[in-house]
Amino acid sequence: MTETIDTPVFELKGNIDRKYGEDSKLIYDLKDQGGELCPSDKEFSSLSGPSDPTVDKLDKMAWEDVKKEMVNEKSLSEEAADQIGEYVSMQGGKDLAERLLQDPKMSQSKQACAGLSDIKLLFSYLELFQVTDKVVFDLSLARGLDYYTGVIYEAVLTQAGVAPVSNETQQGAPAEESVSVGSVAGGGRYDGLVGMFDPKGRKVPCVGVSIGIERIFSIMEQKAEASAEKVRTTEVQVMVASAQKNLLEERLKLVTELWDAGIKAEVMYKKNPKLLSQLQHCEESGIPLVAILGEQELKDGVVKLRVVATREEFDISRADLLAEIRRRTSEA
Amino acid sequence: MEDKARVQEAIKIQGEVVRKLKSEKASKEQIDEEVAKLLELKAQLGGDDGKHQFVLKTAKGTRDYNPKQMAIREKVFNTIIGCFKRHGAETIDTPVFELKETLTGKYGEDSKLIYDLKDQGGELLSLRYDLTVPFARYLAMNKITNIKRYHIAKVYRRDNPAMTRGRYREFYQCDFDIAGQYDAMIPDAECLKIVHEILSELDLGDFRIKVNDRRILDGMFAVCGVPDEKFRTICSTVDKLDKMAWEDVKKEMVNEKSLSEEAADQIGEYVSMQGGKDLLGASLGPEKCLQSKQACAGLSRYQAALQLPGALQFYYTGVIYEAVLTQAGVARSPMKAAGYTSRRVPQRGAAVAEGRYGLVALEP
Repeated sequence: MTETIDTPVFELKGNIDRKYGEDSKLIYDLKDQGGELCPSDKEFSSLSGPSDPTVDKLDKMAWEDVKKEMVNEKSLSEEAADQIGEYVSMQGGKDLAERLLQDPKMSQSKQACAGLSDIKLLFSYLELFQVTDKVVFDLSLARGLDYYTGVIYEAVLTQAGVAPVSNETQQGAPAEESVSVGSVAGGGRYDGLVGMFDPKGRKVPCVGVSIGIERIFSIMEQKAEASAEKVRTTEVQVMVASAQKNLLEERLKLVTELWDAGIKAEVMYKKNPKLLSQLQHCEESGIPLVAILGEQELKDGVVKLRVVATREEFDISRADLLAEIRRRTSEA
Repeated sequence: MEDKARVQEAIKIQGEVVRKLKSEKASKEQIDEEVAKLLELKAQLGGDDGKHQFVLKTAKGTRDYNPKQMAIREKVFNTIIGCFKRHGAETIDTPVFELKETLTGKYGEDSKLIYDLKDQGGELLSLRYDLTVPFARYLAMNKITNIKRYHIAKVYRRDNPAMTRGRYREFYQCDFDIAGQYDAMIPDAECLKIVHEILSELDLGDFRIKVNDRRILDGMFAVCGVPDEKFRTICSTVDKLDKMAWEDVKKEMVNEKSLSEEAADQIGEYVSMQGGKDLLGASLGPEKCLQSKQACAGLSRYQAALQLPGALQFYYTGVIYEAVLTQAGVARSPMKAAGYTSRRVPQRGAAVAEGRYGLVALEP
């Protein structure tokens, strides 16, 4: 059975040019943006290895630094910065939205009130969807992208080995005391984006979410490595093997029957493989069944079906073989 | 044969020359000149024995997926697609590159991370940065007013090497979007329900979904006295806010986890260091290492709080726990660099993520 691999879309330019010769002129080159993709750099990049995308906290800062950036770099007044500081430390659920609607300052903004009412409405639907246990209304969430116009959200895993210190709020999830390892999903409402493309500026409101699959892969890969469970890379159900020499023809005939019947099967690409090697291959690949052909069995019109896990063997008549294999593989 | 050895030696020396120039940030002309010399030398070798000397690596920020990784990936995709379908989504696909103008002006401060294709005399193109803008382009182009779609594909972001974030430059995104004029918040709530379902089904442990609203942020800025034109930029600054300042982390380690204050301070010192390969190696001799199992345990619990990117890999030798973070994802044992040779280091999987922080070595 074939396994599958995937390789990156971009390759070092040198590697590509050499491989494609005349066709090289059809290759799209990435613009030299001063990095490692610059052909003249390729041999000497001192960096090696891919990076682990698990965390993206490098750009997360403490409040003091955030405030400093707002005041010094973005010329915000200190009072404004302090006020923001007060608000962005708030987290909660529907109750927080309600409180803020009563907040003398916040309630001055029609915009904020509209947002707060929608958050309340959102939470009432989330209650019906039974997901409020994990959702927190967090005033410090400010996702950088320009195109969000309404609700924004971000999902974070709480486990960096840190158990969240529970601080129950009434209708939201326990406030997040723990620090996250980086987001695994994010999104929001973006009502103006399609209108930017439409020649007549017709608006199509949109809301969506993007799942951060790489982070998830990383975690699952680590989990797989840590666990004893073996990950199968093929789905082969039956290995067609021979117990003696000169049975290649019979093997090919039998595997053809299996393939035509939709059963996932394979043979060893050797005319006279040793039975032991074939069995070893099954153990390594996690193949559950072996259909063993032998001279005597052929004379008797049977095939020896071996269950790899238990090492039991059964003589099955050629006529019943498909049905038997199907039965065993469906039970699995 | 001798010639070949001589050429190889010359290549090594020339390679060092180039590396030195680069680290000294010499002029581009100088570097290019020396690089050309090196390429010439290498070409000589190539001609002689027909073997091409080229670099066997994937581009920075990209990776191959081997069969085991693909098997895991397939499982994850199946779970996610199953969820999307359960909620009635269809799927589309769009090209990897878009007209540059399509992507321009949509990503704010992140625009500098867009990959541009070289101007080769045709349309100016860029690799897609996400799947949302192509989606919007698709809707407008096809005059679609209502659709519920998912799209799983690779996107491209040119993270600046100087700001190593431990992120890939080519990576998958799984997007689910509902487009159309509907009554307030129902589709928005369903998106959150989908996130909840997926994260639960993938069994990744506990998670939280934070929500907020752009209008609340803008309103908040307004009542706090932020001038209109500063909204976006203040917004991105607020986005950087960490949840736990260093002082609180230290407090928790010392008070709740009974770590000695020196140990905590040491950790603090290390994690505030910024440096490259020079931070590791002999200069950080063993005397600078922490002698505390608790610090070790504390570190693993607070890796995110300490802003340590990626996975903190522990090299367990039976004698020494060593937490190593290095530049460029290559773990280098500082103990080894300091001259200690007795090590039993079982493989702990992929190399450690990029980091700018120092070494902490601990003894049980």
